[in-house]
Amino acid sequence: MATLVIAEHDNKTLKDATAKTVTAATQLGAGVHVLVAGQNCSAVAAAAAKLAGVGKVLLADDALYAKMVAETMETLILSLAGGYDAILAPATTNGKNYLPRVAAKLDTPQISEIVKVVAPDTFERPIYAGNAIQTVQAGAGKKVVSVRTTAFKPAAATGSAAVEKVAAASDPGTSKFVGEELSKSERPELTAAKIVISGGRGLQSAENFKLLEKIADKLHAAVGASRAAVDAGFVTNDYQVGQTGKIVAPDLYIAVGISGAIQHLAGMKDSKVIAAINKDEEAPIFQIADFGLVADLFKAIPELEEELTKLGA
Amino acid sequence: MHRTNSGRLKTSVSASLADARDELLIAGPFSQGISNAMKVLVPVKRVIDYNVKVRVKADQTAVDLANVKMSMNPFDEIAVEEAVRLKEKGKASEVVAVSIGPAQASETIRTALAMGADRGILVKTQGEVEPLAVAKILKAICDAEKPDLVITGKQAIDDDSNQTGQMLAALLGWPQATFAHKLELEAASAKVEREIDGGLQTLEVKLPAVMTTDLRLNEPRYASLPNIMKAKKKPIDEKTPADYGVDTTPRLKVLKVSEPPKRQGGVKVKTVAELLARLKDAGVL
Ligand SMILES: Cc1cc2nc3c(=O)[nH]c(=O)nc-3n(C[C@H](O)[C@H](O)[C@H](O)COP(=O)(O)OP(=O)(O)OC[C@H]3O[C@@H](n4cnc5c(N)ncnc54)[C@H](O)[C@@H]3O)c2cc1C
Ligand SMILES: Cc1cc2nc3c(=O)[nH]c(=O)nc-3n(C[C@H](O)[C@H](O)[C@H](O)COP(=O)(O)OP(=O)(O)OC[C@H]3O[C@@H](n4cnc5c(N)ncnc54)[C@H](O)[C@@H]3O)c2cc1C
Repeated sequence: MATLVIAEHDNKTLKDATAKTVTAATQLGAGVHVLVAGQNCSAVAAAAAKLAGVGKVLLADDALYAKMVAETMETLILSLAGGYDAILAPATTNGKNYLPRVAAKLDTPQISEIVKVVAPDTFERPIYAGNAIQTVQAGAGKKVVSVRTTAFKPAAATGSAAVEKVAAASDPGTSKFVGEELSKSERPELTAAKIVISGGRGLQSAENFKLLEKIADKLHAAVGASRAAVDAGFVTNDYQVGQTGKIVAPDLYIAVGISGAIQHLAGMKDSKVIAAINKDEEAPIFQIADFGLVADLFKAIPELEEELTKLGA
Repeated sequence: MHRTNSGRLKTSVSASLADARDELLIAGPFSQGISNAMKVLVPVKRVIDYNVKVRVKADQTAVDLANVKMSMNPFDEIAVEEAVRLKEKGKASEVVAVSIGPAQASETIRTALAMGADRGILVKTQGEVEPLAVAKILKAICDAEKPDLVITGKQAIDDDSNQTGQMLAALLGWPQATFAHKLELEAASAKVEREIDGGLQTLEVKLPAVMTTDLRLNEPRYASLPNIMKAKKKPIDEKTPADYGVDTTPRLKVLKVSEPPKRQGGVKVKTVAELLARLKDAGVL
């Protein structure tokens, strides 16, 4: 039986996380179908149909799914689950929200945040903030798996699957979307950016974070933060990188005024190259940084900006 | 700012001093008598302290938890805090802390009681219990206790599954509000602001419901010494999974637990210009 991948999108664009989850799904060896649940999201379905390895796209286009509320996603996915051996979703806040409900209703354990498919029923996943890797084998029954997308390459857009409409499922009517406050930014998304520059408590204020934003704009980078910087109100929650925030693995991660606590490292230590700027030469971040600069960030960051300008960035 | 989420109960106190104080503090909960106040259930998990760096056992079967400091899962402290605040505001009448785990999980329940929960339920288990089994036990407890709101942590910092609350909600057929940033409780519903990838989202869920906590919902209190003593007299019911008819046999098989690839520290550079040059050489700029 085939594998069902639940798409991550915002009704307009298909997120990179979906293409990466499709890659994990193809490694299970069976056919891959993608479910796009949303409202007025046919463009998303069309994009999903182009992903290599996808055999069919199921489109549930209904107001019920506009915000992927967990209770309605649960009934929809359960209405389709019979035809699948495995159900995969990216470990985004959406995936983390609805997927365990599906697993519970199917009476099957969920395997969270896999980073590797060892065999169709065996997966690797980090535990203890990434300080250990567990190899876990699913039992009989359907597999419900969330995927840490930084561990998989996106499927190429070389396919041409058919899009099939599916009916909306029942509405439990127990929860209602009230509103949202989304961060607006012209910069790339934190989890998809090739370069991330993150600031910590060392930045001291929201005002000072603008220093990082200037650099980010020159490098086409995303801006991230430590929990301490978010708790202090320098930036909003969606900037947090770490065990309990976002997991990132860009080509280059620049940590500025961040000490390097285990919980922060858990979110960025799989970056290809790590650079750190910290005034304390004993800061733990230097133990994992490829390039460390011991300096006062208030001197180093303006200098960095200047150098980048010289380089024509 | 930099709070330690642990060790707050480790101070030992002379019993006589404590007993003397206890008399003064045993006065009834001040929310008593509020007619439509709710019952809140808070599952609390005993986990490795967040400051401990774990090591994988040489035989690659698990991580080494021998003689490691254990504490309440930090997200569960936030859950207890939120529940106790509801009680202090007169919105909740009773806060019940539940833990599923070994005998020592009673310490975790005591921590919750010292923070202000009223009573505890310890479901004693041996070995690992998967989130689905935890959720099934919690469901049976909810069937018996009939809480209006269950507040769990969004994830336990050991297994990082981020499942239990959602599974419980599904098994009960209740709505959920995960990753809560702010809670406004009304008579028959809850308005919850949630931390999502793009920012914040507000949902309104009908009660009864399950809510899971995120980091910025509140800052948990430290239990005061008198409250720690008072907590010793609060009741903890002991149960087993069999009492709830739940089979906790693991459904997943752990084949191996291994060390992740180690990242080597690199070089220190002297100047910003050198940093840039190195990054260019590395091909990432
Ligand atoms: C349950 C739980 C979950 C958590 N989840 C996360 C998470 O997901 N992500 C996360 O990041 N943290 C998380 N944490 C918090 C984590 O433990 C640390 O407290 C946090 O990462 C510290 O942030 P920081 O490095 O910015 O601050 P600090 O540790 O205070 O470090 C600040 C650094 O800035 C440097 N500095 C100061 N001034 C300057 C200057 N002028 N120039 C250069 N350097 C300077 C200092 O030398 C220091 O190293 C979590 C904690 C708990 C308990
Ligand atoms: C295959 C497998 C192997 C495992 N191996 C190990 C191991 O070697 N060593 C080890 O220490 N752990 C291990 N665990 C983890 C342990 O069994 C976890 O307690 C269980 O999986 C729950 O996951 P979680 O706590 O990460 O759930 P989450 O869904 O992340 O927890 C969220 C919330 O649910 C509530 N909750 C969860 N569990 C409990 C509980 N027991 N009592 C009360 N409330 C609770 C809390 O409010 C918590 O904040 C393993 C788990 C699995 C599935």
